[in-house]
Amino acid sequence: MNISLLSVVGYLVGIAALVGLNAVILVWLERKVAGHMQFRLGPMEVGPHGILQTLADGIKLVSKQLVIPDEADKPLFLLAPIVSLVPIFAAMVPLPFSETVQAWELNIGLLLIIALGLLNTLGILLAGWGSNNKYALLGGARAVAQILAYKIPLLICVMTIIMMTGSYSLRDIAIAQKDTWNVLYQPILFIVYIITVTLETNRSPFDFSEAESELVAGFHTEYSGMGFSLFFLAEYSYMFIAAGLATVLFLGGWHGPWLPGVAWTLIKIYSIIFLMMWFRWTFPRVRIDQMLSFGWKILLPLSLINFIITAGVLAL
Amino acid sequence: MMECCYIKEVVKGFFSLCTGMRVTMGNVLTRPTTVQWPRESAPLPDRFRGHIMLLADDATGYPKCIACTSCARNCPSQCITVTGKKPEGAKKKMADRFELDFTKCSLCGLCVEICPVGALDFSRDYALASYSRNDFNSMDLLQELGSPF
Repeated sequence: MNISLLSVVGYLVGIAALVGLNAVILVWLERKVAGHMQFRLGPMEVGPHGILQTLADGIKLVSKQLVIPDEADKPLFLLAPIVSLVPIFAAMVPLPFSETVQAWELNIGLLLIIALGLLNTLGILLAGWGSNNKYALLGGARAVAQILAYKIPLLICVMTIIMMTGSYSLRDIAIAQKDTWNVLYQPILFIVYIITVTLETNRSPFDFSEAESELVAGFHTEYSGMGFSLFFLAEYSYMFIAAGLATVLFLGGWHGPWLPGVAWTLIKIYSIIFLMMWFRWTFPRVRIDQMLSFGWKILLPLSLINFIITAGVLAL
Repeated sequence: MMECCYIKEVVKGFFSLCTGMRVTMGNVLTRPTTVQWPRESAPLPDRFRGHIMLLADDATGYPKCIACTSCARNCPSQCITVTGKKPEGAKKKMADRFELDFTKCSLCGLCVEICPVGALDFSRDYALASYSRNDFNSMDLLQELGSPF
């Protein structure tokens, strides 16, 4: 494989644009969805139907001072948002948008995304520890407790798909679904995957590390200005990656009639993101112990049974 | 027995979540209740009481008021000031000054009720905001109507 400096720079610029644009659109979309689910309109003032509201908010946020608490662990405090955001640039590499639109075809692309997804939790833990604030620390500790409960079902989900396809490559997995999408073979697995991914991206009803009604703002209590906006950018980018993975694993990637592949990929990704927003504005947050028992007692057995049955069917 | 309850609960929980999601999707498809003030405003009820206003005579365009001062005398807050005189050649008196101290008015409507010629009514003007209360302590109600003086 031949990689030139130019292509790396081009990729970074492209991903930075995608991450920024995605966050701008998703923050706006989230506020619109929230509004309409509560009989409101959401932002309406800046631009047509408030489409530029996020841009205005972003400019305001960037111009604000980054306040560092006196007792904070300064290096960790400043490192945390970066640790949270940077893995996204690497995690987007193996994501295929169509047969040809893909930054780099990796034969272990799936593994790369799952591994880099874990770094988000590290960023949250660093933020919680570095802030020297009891609420932030509780938020960080919760993120770590949570990871055990969802990562295992998530990995079993992914394992089942790998077993069906026989490849870790996201492109191969998408190509294998040319005729029938995996969601038709594995509807239960799809539901488990969506739930675990909601957990992974720290979204309500599982937003324990943020939990504004219990922990002020959880791990980002002490963050202001740019630090806060980096966490925000990271959250929405992880949502994009998680939805992209769901698209490739279950919804047949770029396959679809009439429209070009990239369009289909984006439609599927944003449909799944809409589904996650729909969850957020419908379900109240569960308690941390309820989530842990839900993860261990329901998600894990469900995905494990599914895995065993799939293995049995494949062996026949 | 134990296993049966467990599975039942999982399935029941799943469907109750679906019910919740149906409710919120129903909300999305319903018209929002937000009214986009000031570009649009909610319809006022028929019996809305704004500050009082003088009604004009359809024929002449002048106020119907005959300056009898019943309203001013009946006002419990004493917030109405009326004076009147006869225009040249006319038989009846007409108001040449009609001021309302809206900072005192309690919108009881006794003036509207007592007026013998039906010259007073509640306006539908509710967008009253100002930096100074002096804008409301002597509102000239004759201003918007024609006057023979």
